[in-house]
Amino acid sequence: MIPAPFDYKRASSAAEAIALVGEYGEDAKFLAGGHSLLPLMKLRLAQPAMLIDIARITDLSYVRDAGDHIAIGAMTRHHDVEHSPIVKEHLPLLAFAATHVGDPQVRHRGTIGGSIAHSDSASDLPATTLALGATYVAQGPNGTREIAAADFYVGFLESALAPDEMLTEIRVPKMNGATWGFQKFNRRAQDWAIVGVAAWKRGNESGVGLVNMGSVPILATSVASAIASGASIADASQLAAAEAEPQSDLNASAEYRTHLAKVLVRRALESSSN
Amino acid sequence: MGGSILGTRVLRKEDPKFLTTGGVYVDDMRDEPLLRGAVHVTYVRSSVAHGRINSIDGSDAMQMPGVLAFFTGADLGLEPQPSAFNPAATRTLLAMDKVRYVGEPVAIIVSETREQGEDAAEMVIVDYDVLPALIDLEESMASSVHLYEACGSNVVFDTTALGMPENTGDAYFADCEVVVKGRYLNQRVAPCPLEVRGAAAAWGADGRLVEWISTQHAQGAVAPIAAANGVDPSQVHIKTADVGGGFGAKIGTYQEEQLLGVVAKRMGKPVVWRETRSESMVALGHGRAQLQYITIGGTKQGKVTHYQLHAIQDSGAWVDMGTILAPFMTRPMSSGVYAIPNIECRTTSVVTNATPTVAYRGAGRPEATAAIERAMDMFAAEIGMDAAEVRRINLIPKFMEPHTTVIGQTYDVGDYETALDKTLAAADYAGWRKKQAERRASGASKQIGIGVSVYVEITGGVGTGEAAKVEVTDDGRAIVYTGTSPHGQGHDTSWSMLVNAKTGIPIDKVELVWGDSDLVPVGSGTMGSRSLQQGGNAVYKVAGDLAEKAKTVAARLLEANEADIVLDTDKGIFHVAGTPAVSKTWAELAVAEKGNGGLSHDEFVGVPSATFPFGAHVAIVEVDTETGKVKHIEHTACDDAGVVLNPLLLEGQIHGGVAQGAAQALLEEVRYDADGNPITSNLADYAFISAAELPSVNVVHMETPTPVNLLGAKGIGESGTIGSTPALQSAVVDAVAHLGVRHIEMPCTAERVWTAIQNAK
Repeated sequence: MIPAPFDYKRASSAAEAIALVGEYGEDAKFLAGGHSLLPLMKLRLAQPAMLIDIARITDLSYVRDAGDHIAIGAMTRHHDVEHSPIVKEHLPLLAFAATHVGDPQVRHRGTIGGSIAHSDSASDLPATTLALGATYVAQGPNGTREIAAADFYVGFLESALAPDEMLTEIRVPKMNGATWGFQKFNRRAQDWAIVGVAAWKRGNESGVGLVNMGSVPILATSVASAIASGASIADASQLAAAEAEPQSDLNASAEYRTHLAKVLVRRALESSSN
Repeated sequence: MGGSILGTRVLRKEDPKFLTTGGVYVDDMRDEPLLRGAVHVTYVRSSVAHGRINSIDGSDAMQMPGVLAFFTGADLGLEPQPSAFNPAATRTLLAMDKVRYVGEPVAIIVSETREQGEDAAEMVIVDYDVLPALIDLEESMASSVHLYEACGSNVVFDTTALGMPENTGDAYFADCEVVVKGRYLNQRVAPCPLEVRGAAAAWGADGRLVEWISTQHAQGAVAPIAAANGVDPSQVHIKTADVGGGFGAKIGTYQEEQLLGVVAKRMGKPVVWRETRSESMVALGHGRAQLQYITIGGTKQGKVTHYQLHAIQDSGAWVDMGTILAPFMTRPMSSGVYAIPNIECRTTSVVTNATPTVAYRGAGRPEATAAIERAMDMFAAEIGMDAAEVRRINLIPKFMEPHTTVIGQTYDVGDYETALDKTLAAADYAGWRKKQAERRASGASKQIGIGVSVYVEITGGVGTGEAAKVEVTDDGRAIVYTGTSPHGQGHDTSWSMLVNAKTGIPIDKVELVWGDSDLVPVGSGTMGSRSLQQGGNAVYKVAGDLAEKAKTVAARLLEANEADIVLDTDKGIFHVAGTPAVSKTWAELAVAEKGNGGLSHDEFVGVPSATFPFGAHVAIVEVDTETGKVKHIEHTACDDAGVVLNPLLLEGQIHGGVAQGAAQALLEEVRYDADGNPITSNLADYAFISAAELPSVNVVHMETPTPVNLLGAKGIGESGTIGSTPALQSAVVDAVAHLGVRHIEMPCTAERVWTAIQNAK
C-alpha cells in the first residue's frame, strides 16, 4: 500500500506534458485524477519512474456544444460530466453513467480522459462512449489526431495512444432523442461493474457497449445488427455476448457474466429515456 | 432514581473530538518525547502459504537507502513458543524453519522512514521449498502433511479429547419422524477495523519498556511482551492511544507487537510500526471459519426432539484463540433458545495454511446461532411449516430463574417468545407474508424473502468482574480508572453517566483513564460484550461507595451527623437534610481530604456469572430471480440487553452489529486460490459492506433485567451480528424457496443465488 519510489513533474499545458513524456519515455505516466493509477501504484502493480501531473491543465476541463457532437475536455471531472446541462441535454446516457463511477469522492477527482486513457474494460465510461460512437482526440509531438472509440481499445489496459501522446478531448455525437438505458451490476455501490451495459436506441438504430465482458470494452454489434433487421429486443439481447470474451474471476464466472449480459442488455434497451 | 441520567439519550462525549480534529492513534503520536528519533520497523512476510525456509538473504535489502538493520529469527535468537491451547504446536515469532501462511512475518527491516522499509522488504530473498497448501478444512484433516509435525495431525483440538462425548451419528435419530441433514460453511471473514494495527516501543531511562499498542486489552499484553523481551512483567508499561476498532481481532498480542521491544533494544532507539491495509488483511486474525455438519430430527407436528452438530473449526495456521471458540463458545450455545431434549455437539479444530483465526464480533456464538437457526429453517421446510411457527413451538418458555439446557449451559433469564412476538409484530411479518404470496402469484422477476431468527448468546463470559477507581480532584472533577478498553463503544460517555448518577458530578467533569497498565494495572479489557456489565458495574459501585465515603467528610465539615447528610445528585452538593442552603461541594471535600490521601475509592467488583442476552430479528429481502441479486430492504431487530444505560449507544451497537452480520450473510468472504494465495487482501476485492447496501434498522425495545449485576445490564456489542446473519441468509433462501431452493451458502452472492435457482429447475 506504499508506492515504489518515483519522480514527479507538473505540467501546466498539454504541450509541456507531451514534451515531458517525450523526455522521460516509457517510464513516464500521466497523472490526471489518479483514481486508476494510484491504486495500482500502491499495490505496486504499476511502478512508473516518473509521474507527469496533468491535473492542473485546467484548459482541458470543459464541455462544449460543437453542433453535431459534444466536445468534452479530457481533464473534465466525472462530477462535472454528471452535472453538465449540455451533457444532460444531449448525452443523457453519458451523464447518467457518470453518476455510477465510484463514489462522490472519486467523481470529484477522477477525469473522463483519465478513465478512457486507462482503458479498463471494467470502467463505466469507456464502454459508454464506445456505445455512443465517440471519437477521441490525441495530441502528440507532431500535432493531433482523431481515433474512433471502436479502434481505441486494443488490449487489457492498453489503448491506441502512442507513449508520447495525450488524450485531450472526447467527442460524442448528440443522442438526438434516442432512448437509452444504463445497467450496472455490482456487489456494492462503489464497486466496478461485474457486468455493465450502456445502450441507446432510435428506431432501428442502436448502440450497445458492454463493461467488463472481456479484456477491452465491447461493442455488442450483433445486438445492433439484429435490432436493425427488425428483431425484438428480447431476441436481440440473446446475442449480447457474441462479441464478448468474458473472464472468470473472484466476482463472477464467465458463464454467469454471459447470462448477466443478456439480461442487462435487454433491460437497458427496454428502459425509457429518463 | 427520579430525574436520573441513566437510561437517557446522552450524546457521545467522544464525538466532538473524533468528528473535528480526529482521534490520536498510535501512528499519530508525533509529539511523544519517548518516541523522538524513532526508527521504523517493517516486517518481511511470507509470500508462500506453506514451505520450508532454506535461506533468508537480506544483503540486497541492507544496501537500500535508509536501511539501518535487518534481522531474522536466528539473528534475534528466537526460540519456539508453545501455543497456549495445544503445547505440541510451537512456533517462533519470526518464522525460521517453516512458513505456514501468506503474510507470516519472517524477517525485520529497520529503516529511517516507513517507505524505505517497504522498498527494502521487496529486496529480501527468501528461498523456500514449497509444501502443499492446505486451505480446505477437510483436506487438511485428512492430509499426511502436518503443519505442526509434533501434533501428529492437523487436528489440534477436539472435544472428544477433553472427554466430552463423541456424536453417535444417524442412530441418534432412529425414533424421529422427520430428519434433515445439512453441511454448511460459516465462512472465513476479516474483521477490518478502520485503524489497522500499529505499535511503538521505547526503553525508558529507568530501564523499563514502554509500548503503545492498538489493542482491546493493554493489561493482557504485559505478560507476552515481557516474555518476548526477556524481562519481568513489572518492567513493561503498556499504553493505549485511541483505538479505531478491533472487533475482537485486537484482543491478543501479535508477533509484530511482541518483537518491537527487542528491536528497540538492538537499535538503541525507539521504534514504530504500522501495518498497511494489505498487510492487515492477511496478518490480523480472521474470524468465523467454521464448517458445520448438522442433523435435526423431530415430529411432523414441528417438535424438535434431537439435534446433532459437528463443528469443524478452522484455526488457520496457528493454534490461536479461534481454535477454542468452537468448543467453548459454540458448543455451550448449541441449543440456542430451544428446549431440545436431546443434543450432541462435537467440535474439532483444524490448522490450515490460512491466516490464524481469532475472536471476531460474536466469537463462536454467531456460529452456534447460525447452525441451529439454519437447522430450524430446514426442519420447517421439510414439514411444510411456517419458519416462525416452528420456532415458537420449540422455544424455551419464559424463565426468570436460571435455566440449564441439555448441553449443560445455564442461562440467567429469558423471555424468547415475547421477543419473537414483538419482532414479528414490528416487522409486520403477517403483512409481508401476504405481499410475498401476491408477488409469487404474479410471477414477477423480483421476489420477496422473509427471514426470522431467534437467538440467545453469552456476554460477559470473559472476566469475573472488573476493577474501577474514582478519585475527585481539588477542582471537583472525577477521574475514573477503568479496566475496560474502549475502541468505539463510548465508555467515556457511559462511565460518566454512571458516575454522574451516583455523585452528581457533571459528565463533562468526568474524565476516563484506561488502557494503561501502570495507571490501571488490573483489567480484562473490552471483549465479549463485557464492558458495561462488569466495567460499568464496577464504576457504578465504586462511585456509589465514594459518595458514601464523602458523606463522612461532609458530616465532619458541616458538623453534623453522617446519617443526616444528603447528597443532592442534581447539583453535586452535600448538605444536612432540610437545610440545603448550607452545603459542601465535591471540590471542597477533596481539598479537605488532601491530607488524608485524597478523596477516592478503588475496588475490584466481582460478578457471579455471565449474562445471556437474547432477541429476534426479521430480515426482508427482494431477490431479482433473473440475476440473483439480493436487496436487503427492511430489518427489524429486537435485542434484549437488560436495563439500557444509554439508548443512543445501544442503537449504535445494534446498527453496527446488523451491518456486520448482513455483510457476512450477503457479501464478505476471505478467499484463497488453490496455492493458498489470498485473493481478497484489499477492500476493493474484499466486499466490506457500506451504508448503501443497508436499510435503516427498525429497533424494537425490550428490557429483561439480569439479576447478576447492579445495573441489570447485559451485553449489546455483539447481539446485532448474531441475530442478523441467520435472518438474512434465511430471507434469501425464502425468496426463492418456491422455486425449489432449500439452501444457499454464505455469502449469498448474486451468482450463488442464481446458480441455486438454475440447479433447482
